[in-house]
Amino acid sequence: MAARILFPLAVVLAIVAVALIGGSIPFLQPLFSVALLYVSFAVFLFGFMAKVIGWAKSPVPFRIPTTAGQEFSLPWIKWSKIDNPSTTGGVLMRMFFEVFLFRSLFRNMRSDLRSGWLIHSPTKWLWLLALGFHYSFLIIALRHLRLFVHPIPGFVETLDAVDGMFQIGIPPLYLTDIVICLAVSGLLIRRLFLPKVRFVSLAADYFPLFLILGIVISGLLMRFVFRVDITAVKALATGIASLHPVVPKGIGAIFFVHLALVCTLIAYFPFSKLMHMGGIFMSPTRNLANTSRMAYHKNPWRKPPKFHSYEEYEDMYREYMKEAGLPLERE
Amino acid sequence: MYDTGKVIIGLAIFACIFLFPFLYNHGTAAPQPKPSLDTPAIKALAEKKCVEDTHFMITTHMQFLNDWRDQALREGNRWYVNREGKKVWISLQNTCMKCHSNKKEFCDKCHNYAGVDPYCWDCHYDPNGSKL
Repeated sequence: MAARILFPLAVVLAIVAVALIGGSIPFLQPLFSVALLYVSFAVFLFGFMAKVIGWAKSPVPFRIPTTAGQEFSLPWIKWSKIDNPSTTGGVLMRMFFEVFLFRSLFRNMRSDLRSGWLIHSPTKWLWLLALGFHYSFLIIALRHLRLFVHPIPGFVETLDAVDGMFQIGIPPLYLTDIVICLAVSGLLIRRLFLPKVRFVSLAADYFPLFLILGIVISGLLMRFVFRVDITAVKALATGIASLHPVVPKGIGAIFFVHLALVCTLIAYFPFSKLMHMGGIFMSPTRNLANTSRMAYHKNPWRKPPKFHSYEEYEDMYREYMKEAGLPLERE
Repeated sequence: MYDTGKVIIGLAIFACIFLFPFLYNHGTAAPQPKPSLDTPAIKALAEKKCVEDTHFMITTHMQFLNDWRDQALREGNRWYVNREGKKVWISLQNTCMKCHSNKKEFCDKCHNYAGVDPYCWDCHYDPNGSKL
């Protein structure tokens, strides 16, 4: 059980160590920045697309949406339009709530034995942590655009100003930094300490959590403790994003640690559970309308059945049947 | 492939989102700015040295100035002793900007480049007259 936790942790620490060494040696810096980023980004982009195309090649002949409410039936029976949609509009609504608000997680339940009774009760922690984590991650990723593009688009500056609006310290501590720390720690603690969740957790569940926690910690350390020259980082990032890479001198090793962890995350992405980013749109349990009864769904695999009629049977064995004196329909 | 049209549209949106920096820059890198040290006060200096060493000033000036503000305005102590033991009068407008009198060519150059909007100028003004 412990190996499931310690192995991914050891891998993340090994990446940190390698990047720390590689980032401290000037002639290795192009390898640990430009080359690493291009390779892992290509793996991410093509791996992601290959995975989605692979899914799109799998036939889904029948409607298999999760029915989380009353299906459309009779006018006087109340129909759950979003949780059991049978129209495209309903499916779009369902997908909207799923993608933007994590409706399935909101429906999460816990089951406990309390004085001999199995009690099911709603629990919102997973939903709250997941929502906090995903939105913080999104905002942080968008804020990073200030380093990748020039001139900086207005919405990135607005996001930056709103996120840092409490002006806590210099450089300002962002709200999303606090939220992502709390949310990722919460999600990790959930796996580590809830016995039932720990039982079903594998190395592939812990690895992304450790990796993201490593990214967050290295990013915060870079911003607040081991500072680097941010203009040099931007020169590197815009160089990469304009296909004219340059590696300015004097970027601290902590930057290469942060970058190596991010590159690991994106290169690992297409091969992992993180593919739910594309998978949520490709889920037949979510993106299909429940028209199982109201529309005819033809089985695409159905071939015309092969019949073997009695006439053919008799033709096959006529001689033997005659020999045995059996009655024949045709002589 | 099933639902080819929808899948291709989805993947195109995905690619556009993740290739946004490449599409937006369209091949033009933004070179690292060089803040200008070309002011009369700096030229007149015998030894071109800031309050602390250059690397420290580049990476940590924001926190440094924040500490200066706290020390000067909240503790009322206007003397800073640097790592070489030299005493410096704490003042953004009278100490920092005496040498760095070119806010546009010095402060703003990197801040604009990196998308940083420091709130120094909510209270301070540029004594050398550039409009804020």
